[in-house]
Amino acid sequence: MQNDVIMAGFGGQGILLIGKMLAYAGMREGKEVSWLPSYGPEMRGGTANCTVVISDRPVGSPVIQSPRAVLAMNLPSLDKFEPDVRPGGLLLVNTSLIERKPARSDVTVIEVPANQIANELGNPRGANMVALGAYLGATDAVSLDGVIEVVRETFAAKPGVIDVNIQALRRGYEIGAACTVGV
Amino acid sequence: MLETVFSRPDALRDVTTHYCPGCTHGTIHRLIAEVLDELGVRERTVGVAPVGCAVLAYNYFETDFHEASHGRAPAVATGIKRARPDLVVFAYQGDGDLASIGMAEIVHCANRGEKVTVVFVNNAIYGMTGGQMAPTTMPGQVATTCPLGRDVDMAGHPIRVSEMLSTLRTPAFVARASVHTPLLAVNAKEMLRRAFSYQVAGRCFSLVEILSTCPTNWGIPPAEATTWLEKNMLPYYPLGVFKTPERGSREPLPLEG
Amino acid sequence: MTKKLMKGSEAIGEAAVQAGCHLFFGYPITPQNEIPEYMSMRLPQVGGTFVQAESEVAASNMLYGAAGSGERVMTSSSSPGISLMAEAISYLAGAELPVVIVNIMRGGPGLGGILPSQSDYFQATKGTAHGDFRLLVLAPWSVQEAANLVQDAFDLADYYRNPVLILGDGLIGQMMEPVEFADSREPIKVLPPKTWAATGHNGSKPRSVINSLFLDPEELERHNFHLKEKYDRMERDEVRYEAHGLDTDYDVLIVAYGTVARVCLTALEELAEEGVKVAMVRPVSLFPYPSAAVREAAAGAKAVLVVELSMGQMIEDVRLAVGRSKPIHFLNRVGGMLISPDAVIDKIRAIEDGSSEEVRHA
Repeated sequence: MQNDVIMAGFGGQGILLIGKMLAYAGMREGKEVSWLPSYGPEMRGGTANCTVVISDRPVGSPVIQSPRAVLAMNLPSLDKFEPDVRPGGLLLVNTSLIERKPARSDVTVIEVPANQIANELGNPRGANMVALGAYLGATDAVSLDGVIEVVRETFAAKPGVIDVNIQALRRGYEIGAACTVGV
Repeated sequence: MLETVFSRPDALRDVTTHYCPGCTHGTIHRLIAEVLDELGVRERTVGVAPVGCAVLAYNYFETDFHEASHGRAPAVATGIKRARPDLVVFAYQGDGDLASIGMAEIVHCANRGEKVTVVFVNNAIYGMTGGQMAPTTMPGQVATTCPLGRDVDMAGHPIRVSEMLSTLRTPAFVARASVHTPLLAVNAKEMLRRAFSYQVAGRCFSLVEILSTCPTNWGIPPAEATTWLEKNMLPYYPLGVFKTPERGSREPLPLEG
Repeated sequence: MTKKLMKGSEAIGEAAVQAGCHLFFGYPITPQNEIPEYMSMRLPQVGGTFVQAESEVAASNMLYGAAGSGERVMTSSSSPGISLMAEAISYLAGAELPVVIVNIMRGGPGLGGILPSQSDYFQATKGTAHGDFRLLVLAPWSVQEAANLVQDAFDLADYYRNPVLILGDGLIGQMMEPVEFADSREPIKVLPPKTWAATGHNGSKPRSVINSLFLDPEELERHNFHLKEKYDRMERDEVRYEAHGLDTDYDVLIVAYGTVARVCLTALEELAEEGVKVAMVRPVSLFPYPSAAVREAAAGAKAVLVVELSMGQMIEDVRLAVGRSKPIHFLNRVGGMLISPDAVIDKIRAIEDGSSEEVRHA
């Protein structure tokens, strides 16, 4: 059993962070994991993406050409990675920042108004957490509780943001769980 | 009752050097060895030999040694000192080694303030390779790669290493000496003593530039070489102390805020 | 012993620290900057020293001084920086100094790119610099293995008094994976005290001169034979490789190293589910090269497939091992482009149906 996902968005949206949290939670659950960021000049161009693999067996290729899931936080990311999603896979779209509809009909699309929800929660920087929650809700790649634990540790130095981030995770999780797919 | 009034320093090995007649490398070796003996640090001293005429310096000093690649002695010295700060570390370099291929290493070693001592022997020529133009070759001076004399329009002016290094803000001891007369040799030894003392006290980087003769590659007899040095090199390469750690920087401070 | 999620670069740094390396000299170059960054943070915590040198040239010579002083020392760089270190590496080998050098390869030649590559295989295993010498070269395929090999590298360097090169690629450096460090670690070799180090001389031991200059031709010849004897011992005792799927029948043998081998393993497993039988030998030591293992494994295959992120460098060692006994096929991407499991699968199918052309003999 393997879950893999490419998470992509603008630099500053916390994409690499939620990828690391996902990998970290997977490791805590005894899974084999890898986290691979994009690096180089494209980082300077303001886009960021990472590939996370969570598996019951040692991770083979950490580079995933046809991911089981793509989480697109902005339009350039959707344009770039939509064609790569494995048929039958999952495409999470941040509809707060992406107006166009995905063109693929052979994948499950989950629309997540991540920024809007984050704003409603009074935590505008928590859109990444909403998105991560949605991914977890749809896939259960790792347990929500495990990720909540990682959130507590990650923000231990800033206790004020722990609860709002957990709230954001949960709101996202509900959206994802409503569209659960087997990927 | 016989009394020994002159002997070989413990820090020099009892071997014959390969240096040419009239060359002052041997004198400079001896002065360094005397200073190491007098400071009582010979047993914890590690030298770094260059590529150039002094490439075999490790055969002449009764201390542990590293043979460095061309120009890199200050980097090797840095590695030794950082690994073993308790050791007394000196690099011995010529003008091609230090001021040409190794310019980056000496500048940055000085600028980091590595607590090592560099003895820089400037004889205005490449010796071991047979008399090519050095970065310190004098204007008009003939060398095998400037047969008509150094043309400053093409080759630039000779580099004054001590002056240049003394512009760095990092505290250091930088001095230039010469050994072509007995009195100046006594002064050179004093410069070396101060340089090593600053290191032993953990104070600062230290460099002593010592002007040297090269009768073989200058193509003149030893006695004339001494005169040539006095007439041509001394006016351009004045002797003295250029920088001490006590004296602070002569450079304007950068704008604050 | 707990698992930590670490970047490859950080794991390499931590592994070195835990192996007793308290000295690091380096110069920034992408994609390995996280190694010097980690060391600049970590070494002061253990009383060690980090120096950002003025160049790779200087860094590698600082290594020389520190290693000659008997201390464990490491540097890291990426391809163009290793070229600048080449001179010092030759001196290190000549003076028999134990150091660990990490090359996180990027594409070339020249300035090339900054993305993962395996284009320094020749440089690492054949022609690092002037003179007759060899580096012991170890190529990890995961973050955990990178950490393990770095620790072993220090023991091997000390044991053989020879530089050891860790050859990774941009993926190894950038990727995060779980890593475990043992609470305590025994050296993998019996290591005598470094009585040869130049640490001062008071007559109680012979004078130490760290040197690679031998002007007497007979002496240099003796030195060259002495070095060769070490390299022969490495070839006898230090071959490392991993075999996959050799215990059952297979048609195609893959030979690949580093992260590329992981891509191949994924392909191999997917093919196995379809009943297509493929095996793999993954060299871990590139010098000494596991020639015998490749030769023996190839004997059971109809064809050999070499997969590399280069224009075909390791393929020469495979050819030397296999000779003309089996057709050799080649799959590569370069310039920072990566090979996907699907590309490997397609290539294997092409070999099986005869549409893949074998690499021509020289």
